[in-house]
Amino acid sequence: MTSVTRTPDQAAAVLAAVWSALGAVLDPELDEPLTHLGFVSHCLVTEEGEVRVRLRLPTYFCAPNFAYLMVADSYDAVRAVPGVTSVSVKLEDHFAAASINDGVARRSGFVDSFPGEAVSELDDLRADFLRRAVLAGTDRVCRAMIAAGVDRFSLTDLTLGDAPEGADRERLRSRRRELGLPSGDSDPLVLDPATGEVVTDLRAHLGLARLTRVSQEANSGVCRGMLLGRYGVKEEQ
Amino acid sequence: MYVKDGVKYFVVDGHTHFWDASPANWVAGQEEYAKGWIECFHAYQSLGPAETHWPIEKFQKYSEEQMMTDLFDEGHVDVAIFQPTNLRQWYTEGFNTTETNGALAERHPGKFVVNTNWDPRDGEEGLKALEERAKRWGCVGAKLYTAEWKGDSRGWSLKSPEAARYLEKCQELGIRNIHIHKGPTIWPLDKDAFDVSDVDHAATNFPELNFIVEHVGLPRIEDFCFMATQEPNVYAGLSVVVGGLMHARPRFFAKVMGELMFWLGEDRLVFGADYAIWEPKWQVEGFVDWQMPDGEEFSDYAKLSVTAKKKILGLNAAKLYDLKVPPECDVDAPEVEPVGVPAS
Repeated sequence: MTSVTRTPDQAAAVLAAVWSALGAVLDPELDEPLTHLGFVSHCLVTEEGEVRVRLRLPTYFCAPNFAYLMVADSYDAVRAVPGVTSVSVKLEDHFAAASINDGVARRSGFVDSFPGEAVSELDDLRADFLRRAVLAGTDRVCRAMIAAGVDRFSLTDLTLGDAPEGADRERLRSRRRELGLPSGDSDPLVLDPATGEVVTDLRAHLGLARLTRVSQEANSGVCRGMLLGRYGVKEEQ
Repeated sequence: MYVKDGVKYFVVDGHTHFWDASPANWVAGQEEYAKGWIECFHAYQSLGPAETHWPIEKFQKYSEEQMMTDLFDEGHVDVAIFQPTNLRQWYTEGFNTTETNGALAERHPGKFVVNTNWDPRDGEEGLKALEERAKRWGCVGAKLYTAEWKGDSRGWSLKSPEAARYLEKCQELGIRNIHIHKGPTIWPLDKDAFDVSDVDHAATNFPELNFIVEHVGLPRIEDFCFMATQEPNVYAGLSVVVGGLMHARPRFFAKVMGELMFWLGEDRLVFGADYAIWEPKWQVEGFVDWQMPDGEEFSDYAKLSVTAKKKILGLNAAKLYDLKVPPECDVDAPEVEPVGVPAS
């Protein structure tokens, strides 16, 4: 990377782009952007295009695998921003912060960051939580459709394009796409996130979707409350 | 006993602790973990009403007198169940041990149930020690924390053959109630530490034991509920649900209660205040006053009957632990309010 000196305006533009990139990084468990959750405590861009990001989590003992994914994803997201010359992402106030920060900075992967403590990378974990995000997203989209008068038993005949336009639909589409599931407008609205097949027992599927969303949102509520208790600050609205 | 609107509730606090997390009890070289642990607990307390928050110094170590007042004089609790968490790697005398709890319980006969704990990584010696503790303190329940650190190990699974040996031993000793608390670490670290499939495995293999999943498997409520539908000997411990959500996130509290009633039903939910994270007083009073809100958002969920509240606050735990319930607190007459079946 080359070192280029920018004007304060240019640096501010890079900062905005960096913040926007961080806004696309999700807590894989809660399926929400780190910036919304209040997990980005510090984001600095120098006039040379060097970026320093600090992340904080609701507890000292938050699961190290999810913490690692958030630090690594932040690193990758910021690095891809045009005008960024170097990146440092540091997790703070966490029992495994040193291993995670060093591992991500060296780009050594999860197993090498925790020698002897991990046996594989985190792709399966991430996919598992993407499937949960698809289920929760299915509840968000379908519940709104049912409330608007759509017969719930017709949902299996509908396509993604039949769902009302909006953030919920696009969020569902995006998670499906990331899992490699059909995600076009003409693809089924409801499908099994594990297999990509159409759902046969719709009632059971919607029950599980609702439960998954309730769990995800309750966890998010606990995490936000804990962050507030720990740092005394409110998350960004 | 708690009396409200002429109804008498027998209150069993299914999850209580008498801990010492003061700096004097921190293991040299492990201070950051000992401190991190209790500060994490303290942050949970912030989810309760502001007037119930304690300063960290009091929270690290509270007196016996304080506990007796908070539970029995003011907290409406009839019987409280001790759930030990050793953490001897971080706390010299342990964080909250069978021995400390048991000694306190002996000074107040009839007030406490003393559960013990075990760790399959302790091998043969651990089995012997478990037997001694069970006999010394008359234990019929055990609390397991699968994320406990031991040397380089970051946790264990109930699926292991070593854990099965301990469960067999529990059966032999008459320890029939197994409380499980999942935490954020386990070996290997790349797996989901909160996964409850090992409880499923154990519950299938040990149908005569009861498995009470503390904090309803949080943050894996969905996996827990789904598993519980298939295992009749699995129960939900409501600590953290009531303490952490009822005040701070009432909408989510309602939805989680709705899901628990839908998937498990009123006979398998067990109240626990999780003292000293949260005092029982506001939780018991708030829960008795609580009702599923009206509105589309909650329309899938049933209202909670007085019978269900009685069971959840005490009668279910009394059944698990063979506690004598005063007749006026029991569920005698058939309930007239609708129970259990959500509209779909």
